[in-house]
Amino acid sequence: MTNLETILQQLEHTAMYPQRQFQSALASGKKVVGCFPVYTPEPLAYAAGFLPMGMWGGQVEPFRAKRYVPAFCCPIMQANLEYGLQDSYKGMSAVMIPTLCDTFRCITQNWKVGVENIPMLAVTYPQNKTDAGVEFFSSELAHIRGELEKISGQKVTETALSEAIQIYNEHSRVMMEFTQVANDHVDIIRPRVRHLIMKSAWFMDKQIHTTLMRVLIAELKKLPVYSGHEKRVLLTGILAEPLELYQIMEDNHMAVVADDLGQETRQYRNPIPDGTDGLQRLAAQWKNTVCSLAHSEEKERVSQMVALAKRTGTDGVIACMMKFCDPEEYDLPLIKAAMKEAGIPTLFQEIDLQVGSLAQAETRIQAFFEML
Amino acid sequence: MSEEIRNQGQEAPKTKPRKILPKSRIMASEQLSQLYQDTLAAKGRGEKIGWSASIFPQEIAEALGLYIVYPENHAAGLAARHQAEPFLNDAEAGGYNMDICSYARINLAYMDSLTAPGNNMPKPDFVLCCNNICNQLTKWYENLAKKFNVPMFLIDTVYNYTPTASQEKVKYVRRQIDDLITGLEKICGRKLDPKKLEHVMKISLRNKDLWREANELLAHKPAPISGFELFNYMSCMVCCRGKESTTAILEQLIREIDANIKAGKSTFPVEEKYRIFWEGIACWPYLGHTLKTLRKYGVNLVATGYVNAWGLDYELNDLDGLARAYIDLPNNNNNLDTVVQRRVEAVKQFSCDGVIYHVNRSCKVMDCQQYELQRRVQEATGVPFTSFDGDQADFRAYSEAQYETRVQGLVELMEERKQRLAREKEAAK
Repeated sequence: MTNLETILQQLEHTAMYPQRQFQSALASGKKVVGCFPVYTPEPLAYAAGFLPMGMWGGQVEPFRAKRYVPAFCCPIMQANLEYGLQDSYKGMSAVMIPTLCDTFRCITQNWKVGVENIPMLAVTYPQNKTDAGVEFFSSELAHIRGELEKISGQKVTETALSEAIQIYNEHSRVMMEFTQVANDHVDIIRPRVRHLIMKSAWFMDKQIHTTLMRVLIAELKKLPVYSGHEKRVLLTGILAEPLELYQIMEDNHMAVVADDLGQETRQYRNPIPDGTDGLQRLAAQWKNTVCSLAHSEEKERVSQMVALAKRTGTDGVIACMMKFCDPEEYDLPLIKAAMKEAGIPTLFQEIDLQVGSLAQAETRIQAFFEML
Repeated sequence: MSEEIRNQGQEAPKTKPRKILPKSRIMASEQLSQLYQDTLAAKGRGEKIGWSASIFPQEIAEALGLYIVYPENHAAGLAARHQAEPFLNDAEAGGYNMDICSYARINLAYMDSLTAPGNNMPKPDFVLCCNNICNQLTKWYENLAKKFNVPMFLIDTVYNYTPTASQEKVKYVRRQIDDLITGLEKICGRKLDPKKLEHVMKISLRNKDLWREANELLAHKPAPISGFELFNYMSCMVCCRGKESTTAILEQLIREIDANIKAGKSTFPVEEKYRIFWEGIACWPYLGHTLKTLRKYGVNLVATGYVNAWGLDYELNDLDGLARAYIDLPNNNNNLDTVVQRRVEAVKQFSCDGVIYHVNRSCKVMDCQQYELQRRVQEATGVPFTSFDGDQADFRAYSEAQYETRVQGLVELMEERKQRLAREKEAAK
């Protein structure tokens, strides 16, 4: 097995089996903090000595969660709640839940009631990204820091936070580099593999992940640039799972050349700015975040997406619409219109974590491919 | 021709006798029409006009003499008059998902045509959004601002996961209010007069007290009016709570309710067998059905979440207090413990026999913690509850049969509890 194959296998395995990663972290004496989508102050938890791990739901039938939320609740939230209620996260030191949409607000409360043994830290992000907003968010982060310190019994020093920020920033830089290098090798970094690589970052120590990604990038760079005839697609949305959906794209000769997914590139395209105060740096990063969950009067996300599509030579956009995700639903008509104006077709693809029947998705993606 | 022959010799169908409306109701209706007319006229004169969310700090724009209309009120009006369907269809055809709040869908379709039967809102020159009732408003108003290419003033109240707002939150919102003042002054070209602001705050506080007083009169047993009637006065608080005309309307309403109490009368036309709390927004497209079904079983709606929905309390001229009030008040901006406590108090204060929960398809912030709310309120009060699926403005999300069945079930539970309590009382003698 080549070096490249070994790394790919390790990353894929990590992304495919998060529960094993979680259990293995606990077994090695690590304390884990669960991070709900889409943004949480991970470097703070890291600096407090925790291993932050992503919580992106999974293919679980909501049963206990139905006691708390109606059927038209976000599938990721339903799945996370279900896992919490069925004790799958046993051993987790805390979870951080951002109150970025209406469903999140409620999930903080349901978690508090239903999953009593895992402390919940709500994180309120300001939507007005003025100086007042940044100042408020710094105070909010100071509160979170205090709570994390209580749980870990470890003080978050300015030095530790600064180091954590550096680790996270370097990881983001490497991930962004990967998105570019990957486009020269879409024969290897096919949609499914690309997704699993991006996803694997959620369940590993970022320093270790960075090291693996550096090697992966170096190995890819050794290879000749691939020039095939795949259709180049851009994915947008919160996430594009289940995994089978990526397989359908592959089967239809598509290459994911860029993404605006909450689970993937949205995490990395906005580095934590320089500064002397760690909390203010994290707050300032939010100020620059462009996302459906971050208020923007100018709808910057739309123009950024058009620019990204043009820059990456995108043939078409697949709008991966998480069921019942209103922040995304409000942006979609504007994205479609802007893409249409740019001459780039958009496919609306509903996303549910349950596999169910993907026959409809298959037909739609196939038809989209033919149209491209 | 055959129709004419068939109708020969038959009496002309009797027209339904027109219900005589109380004076306060006529005043409220005229006030709302006047608001829309005045706003259109102001726009015609070249003045800057705005669209606003319902629990926005209206005090500032009102004190600046700006004309403001309220899309939530406009959409609810269309839905109540069964005129929302074309707007819902247009919004969905335009790419807005059915999952989105129906008020938003109606308004985002209206945004394109600016034409609706009945009241109309002219194109805004600015939009005022406060996300203390939900985050969807932020997204909805972003789209309005983008479409109309006008400034958006967002008062972001951030979610209260603690019992009351922290000093930092108050400071953040206060600074947004300062920015709002500066921004609106620039738009209208005049400075905010502190005296005028004080006056508006004074009126708003008076109206807040009057609204609460009117609602609390329904604590009388039997209630002096049918609780559904109060829905007709919501526009006073949504659209005009800083205006003296609202003071006059609410004072008149209170006089009318008082008169009923003194005369031992009620506008609830049948015996009030059961008293209930209604959780959630009214089901506007089926207001008649929801009311009549309850009435059929002698159930009077005596309290709603609207009792204190505009209980915005602050000291005169205290903008920090104003900021705090707008953060702390709305249930949707508050944690579950706070909401449970408020509901338990209301159920007790209004001597409710049951609670009806509207699982409003439009409103995830209300629905996604409602199940726990149901359990906790029942646990604390012993009062039974039921829920039904509906929507504030999308008629497609409601089933008359389901509603009636659920009400029947609740009535049985309420009766059973009543009898049990009576037996226990008897045994204790």
